[in-house]
Amino acid sequence: MSLFIVNILDGLVTGLLLFMLCSGLTLIFSMMGVLNFAHASFYMLGAYFGYQISTYVGFWPGLILAPIIVGVLGALVERYGLRRVHQYGHVPELIFTFGLALLIEEVVQFFWGKSQMAFEEPEILNFAAFSIAGNAFPAYKVFMIFVAMGIFMVLLYILTKTRIGMIIQAALSYPNTVQNLGHNVPLVFMGVFGVGTAMAGVAGVIAGPVLGTFPGMAVLLGSIVFVTIVIGGLGSLWGALVASLLIGWLQTFAASYNVRMADILEGIGLTRPVDMAESALRDLWSLTLPQIGPILPYLLMVLVLAIRPQGLLGKRET
Amino acid sequence: MSTATDSPLTAGTRAPLIPLASAMPWIIASVFLLALPVFFPSGSALTIMNQMAITIIFALAYNMLLGQGGMLSFGHAVYMGLGGFFCMHLLNRVEYNELYLPLPLLPIFGGLFGLFFAIIIGSFSTRRAGTVFAMISLGVGELIAACSIIIVAFFGGEEGVSGDRTMGPEVFGFDFASQQEVYYLTVIWLVISALAMFLFSRTPIGRITNAVRDNEERAEFLGYSQRNVRWISFCASGFFAGIAGALFAINFEILTEENLNLATSGSILLITFLGGVGFFIGPVIGAIVFTLLQTVLSLYTEIWQLYVGILFVLMVMFFPGGLTGLIAMHLVPWRLGKIGLLLKPYGQMLLPALAFVFSAAAVMEILFHARHAGTGEEEMSLYGMTFNSHSLTPMIIALAVAFASLMVIKRLAPSLKDAWDEANHMRAGERDEP
Repeated sequence: MSLFIVNILDGLVTGLLLFMLCSGLTLIFSMMGVLNFAHASFYMLGAYFGYQISTYVGFWPGLILAPIIVGVLGALVERYGLRRVHQYGHVPELIFTFGLALLIEEVVQFFWGKSQMAFEEPEILNFAAFSIAGNAFPAYKVFMIFVAMGIFMVLLYILTKTRIGMIIQAALSYPNTVQNLGHNVPLVFMGVFGVGTAMAGVAGVIAGPVLGTFPGMAVLLGSIVFVTIVIGGLGSLWGALVASLLIGWLQTFAASYNVRMADILEGIGLTRPVDMAESALRDLWSLTLPQIGPILPYLLMVLVLAIRPQGLLGKRET
Repeated sequence: MSTATDSPLTAGTRAPLIPLASAMPWIIASVFLLALPVFFPSGSALTIMNQMAITIIFALAYNMLLGQGGMLSFGHAVYMGLGGFFCMHLLNRVEYNELYLPLPLLPIFGGLFGLFFAIIIGSFSTRRAGTVFAMISLGVGELIAACSIIIVAFFGGEEGVSGDRTMGPEVFGFDFASQQEVYYLTVIWLVISALAMFLFSRTPIGRITNAVRDNEERAEFLGYSQRNVRWISFCASGFFAGIAGALFAINFEILTEENLNLATSGSILLITFLGGVGFFIGPVIGAIVFTLLQTVLSLYTEIWQLYVGILFVLMVMFFPGGLTGLIAMHLVPWRLGKIGLLLKPYGQMLLPALAFVFSAAAVMEILFHARHAGTGEEEMSLYGMTFNSHSLTPMIIALAVAFASLMVIKRLAPSLKDAWDEANHMRAGERDEP
């Protein structure tokens, strides 16, 4: 039972981290109709900037400054890159963001090299917050949960309760009408793109010390992020939340319960082949749950698409 | 087209089934490809040409999706990789005499395996084009790439699957031990599959694919199921990708997880887009240029991928038609007979442009060296000069040259634009070519 609770908490951390990326991506998608393939690259930039700033002035200024730099970069990309490519259509836009993702990875390697950076969590949070039956739960993870929750609350408040949120929501569905009412819609787009990438930057700074700061981190998380928003339903913020948490828990639980395929197969009455090396199904017999953990999100995606093509909470089949 | 029946003299004689004019490029290309090893007989040249030929087939197959069908795939390496893995297993069976299969026929089976998977995956991924298709292709691609580490029996785990192409039955006395024999095998398959893909794009289904790409709703109203049309071209593309995979297996004799992953899928997108998705020849040019860039640039610099990335992003931003689109832009001035007007501004632009490219590259090289050189290795050589990368002088010189050439380019740009407008403009009284 205690292991179960620890896994619930760990999965929550992963899920909320995913959600910090997915929420920005979903907002940008529902606004411009284009998936920002480079979103995870902004997350990586956040981690690297956070690291670089932390070597000069420590972790906390980095947590504030790095996302701001990332957000400004994102806004510039929207203003001078995406807006230009927008006239060619959606597919070139997607290709542009893909190229940007490649470029950012190369630029990161250009400045910081290929090896992992020594980005450490701050001393002040380096203790066990509490322990459940001998399993210590680090304070840093508690901190991550609170940061992610806090950002989500602020986002929800801005989107639903403030005037600027109303304009954003209106611009999502009827950009032309909002423009005719005298609002600067391109500026709103640029702002949302900047804020979305800045949130990816925050996720990068707080995830960097835990998941590692290295050039492959964008690709590693990026494909999971895209799978998540497809599962949740493209353009649905609540769908993104549900799918993020689902995938966070799926991965955490798969990694910690060592269910072996051989036991299941024997359980349903199959006999183990004597000569394992020759059997074509030998991999099926040696499978374990932690082993297939990394592919579970993709399997879930295929399953969801087969049963519900619009995603869990998606309304339309885009 | 129908001039043969217009004139009474030629009435009744039929136009040849294949007009010579449209067959000519294919004949010339085939002769050229067959003659290439005579001019470049060295082993390394043959290796590059083999790689190029395989990339061309793969890029053409990819463009059946992206250019002709409007489907952006982030996981097309899967079909090439699976075809390749399957062929590797077939090769190993042949080696242990469990199967009789001459090597030149192997690509068919690779293609069929690619087709098989394209049928399965296409059945749910081609329902929509655009972003949804792109995301599904990415997810499926990652799924199969991740599976390759788990399913060791088929994918061989970390070290991949390797084999020996020479152990099969000899065909007309060839055992395909030498690079040259492999080159001819590859090139024959290249011509066959390129021709097949070209003809496919001219069939009614190929045309309807274009229609669905441009306006899926209107195609539906004409009575075509957009999903089935996409599915069919997806399957055809999977088939040819499988052929490319089989040739990869024959050429390199090893396949690993790398053949399936996102990096490979991404690079084929890059190649196809660089070449240009709007024309059939585009991916061919892209594959040739990219392979040359890769081999030549990687000899001189460690950061060639950064340059390729910059080139790609700039291309998407300013020339979404790719290299062939860039060439095609000059067709109008050519037809108007005004291409000569562009020569002078192009000539003026050439030197500052080259100066800018080389000095900007120098800035990056110096910066890269200064950041990553070990202690005591501060000497670097660039363009035949050796200097200390940590001192400021070379950096300032490179920056100054880059800035100066940029200023010259900016100064020259208006005259280039004027010449371009003039060359593309037909004045009253001027004759237009038919």
